[in-house]
Amino acid sequence: MNTSDSEEELCNERTSLLTGSPPLSSYHVETGLPSSVDTQTKRCRPVTNQSNNRETHHEGESVERDSTADGEDEELSLKYGAKHVIMLFVPVTLCMIVVIATIKSVSFYTEKGGQLIYTPFTEDTTSVGQRLLNSILNTLIMISVIVVMTIFLVVLYKYRCYKFIHGWLILSSLMLLFWFSFLYLGEVFKTYNVAMDYPTLALVIWNFGAVGMVCIHWKGPLHLQQAYLIMISALMALVFIKYLPEWSAWVILGAISVYDLIAVLCPKGPLRMLVETAQERNEPIFPALIYSSAMIWMVGMTEQSAVQQPSHQERNSDEEVGQSHHDNTEDNRNMVVPETEVHGAQSRTSSAEELEEERGIKLGLGDFIFYSVLVGKASATASGDWNTTLACFVAILIGLCLTLLLLAIFKKALPALPISITFGLVFYFSTDNLVRPFMDNLATHQFYI
Amino acid sequence: MTIAVFFGCSFIAFGPAFALFIFTIARDPLRVIILIAGAFFWLLSLLLSSLVWFIAMKASNDKDQQLQRGLLIFGVMFSVLLQEVFRFAYYKLLRKASDGLAALSEDERSHISVQQMAYVAGLGFGIMSGAFSMINILADSLGPGIVGIHGESQYFFLTSAFMTMAVTLLHTFWGVVFFDGCENRRWWVIAVVVALHLLVSGLTFLNPIYEGSLPPAYVILVSMAVWAFFSCGGSLQNIQQFLTCWKNDAGSEVAS
Repeated sequence: MNTSDSEEELCNERTSLLTGSPPLSSYHVETGLPSSVDTQTKRCRPVTNQSNNRETHHEGESVERDSTADGEDEELSLKYGAKHVIMLFVPVTLCMIVVIATIKSVSFYTEKGGQLIYTPFTEDTTSVGQRLLNSILNTLIMISVIVVMTIFLVVLYKYRCYKFIHGWLILSSLMLLFWFSFLYLGEVFKTYNVAMDYPTLALVIWNFGAVGMVCIHWKGPLHLQQAYLIMISALMALVFIKYLPEWSAWVILGAISVYDLIAVLCPKGPLRMLVETAQERNEPIFPALIYSSAMIWMVGMTEQSAVQQPSHQERNSDEEVGQSHHDNTEDNRNMVVPETEVHGAQSRTSSAEELEEERGIKLGLGDFIFYSVLVGKASATASGDWNTTLACFVAILIGLCLTLLLLAIFKKALPALPISITFGLVFYFSTDNLVRPFMDNLATHQFYI
Repeated sequence: MTIAVFFGCSFIAFGPAFALFIFTIARDPLRVIILIAGAFFWLLSLLLSSLVWFIAMKASNDKDQQLQRGLLIFGVMFSVLLQEVFRFAYYKLLRKASDGLAALSEDERSHISVQQMAYVAGLGFGIMSGAFSMINILADSLGPGIVGIHGESQYFFLTSAFMTMAVTLLHTFWGVVFFDGCENRRWWVIAVVVALHLLVSGLTFLNPIYEGSLPPAYVILVSMAVWAFFSCGGSLQNIQQFLTCWKNDAGSEVAS
């Protein structure tokens, strides 16, 4: 049981949907993003909290193409919009399915096993008021840690400390891919009573981890990289589900969405400053810790490709070890791979069509994590069981859809957490308390509505 | 017995809906979004009707069984009406979105027709309705237990599965017919859909006398299927052409 800060990932950094940066052309924006990631990786992530910026990069719908056939562009963008929404629905659904399947079958993740250092106040108190107070205090501590970390990250980014961040990210992904998956596998074997010898286990974990490191930080098939990112998001979410006490988890989810909203949209918000700094420097922002659904051909990537190679952005560090996810790696990877094929700005316009189609959409890994935490907590603790889980799942998907719609309309970086988490929380509490007794009664009498 | 019952009942209840999803909806992203939004609208209607029922239940006497049963029946009827209201609201929303899409496209046509949206929306409603009715029962069917130990019916799981399938498909057909009625301003169609929905739900009050609820529900299902088919442009000629084309293709394949 880890009571230390291990796992707090900084999901925050990644919880946003970023669209191409507004001031530059859409293509530029996309190129801009990866480079910033690079710079960010240099930042060091403090061991403890996550406060990485949540970047929501949403690149997919660069509807800002220029111009001419406006209606056609808009229409194209809407067509691409639907495709991109599905490109995000699938990984989010997969991550949630992994988390729900684990919660329902492996009892380890629903057993009480201590708390993280960031939530020191216990919830085993006698009175309801005391419990509420403790959970609010836990939330305040966690959120302030996240804010401090994010601001620290922005400061580091401004002062260009890239190598440190890179090292940090590698360390944290090592921890996540090897240690956490070892623990997870151990619990799964215990649940199903599988006898496994250590040499075989070592071989399996070694292969899994090594391929994961390569895929995430360097090159690998896109789908494999996406699968690894989904798996590490699910692992992080499971850690949160296990170690966050119940009421604290709900309050933290609410507070994080508010923080996400403020950090990405307010002029002085850390994430917004990060995006703007990256745009000023014409660098990509934190590829790490971002799930990208397609390879992106970035114009102007060629000069940055070398820079991007080693870095992987930000990861939200886990508390314990300061691991963080690497979304960056994914992005980097994506960017590295097509880089040889990018010819430069001129070719963009000609290959505009292809570019449009190749463009994927990016969602921060922090978003994956918090969505899965919400659904996982709903399935772990709700007495309405599957109905509540299903309701939260649909609510989160609809929130994501609305967020992407807003993204297509506003065309700038948007936080992906607020709408989905709000819908998810509303539906969790209302389904658990209102719908469950109704449906239970109906099912008992076999009435159908 | 438990795993067999679980798989059997889940395939009975969700097989047709799943097949419809895989073959007609999964490939088109816009349809998937409309499906999930339809499920969301159904969920909203359920939420509101549960709220009303919950308030009524809490405000009344807990111990009076007859009253509670009456309140439940009221809850069911109210929920049916609210579902149809939300279906209408979803129709309005889809219409607006479709008009928007059509205005933006080059040739002033939307990429998805109202009938397709009606079908997908109906299926969304149906899938969510079926899932909410059946999932907990399926989860229970896996575990240890004895069906009907206190004298209730032995066929609880099976009849639930069949009823769920019927309700899912009924929602699909009602969606098609309802949207068609709204498009062509035939308000009697809407009234008939609402009445049939109330009827099917009302018949379930006869459970566990399954003869009173299941066969009529299936009769209504078949008639709704025919009505939906004809209302969205199908005809006997279409069926004939479909069958002969199929035969021709099969014949030419064999020949070549």
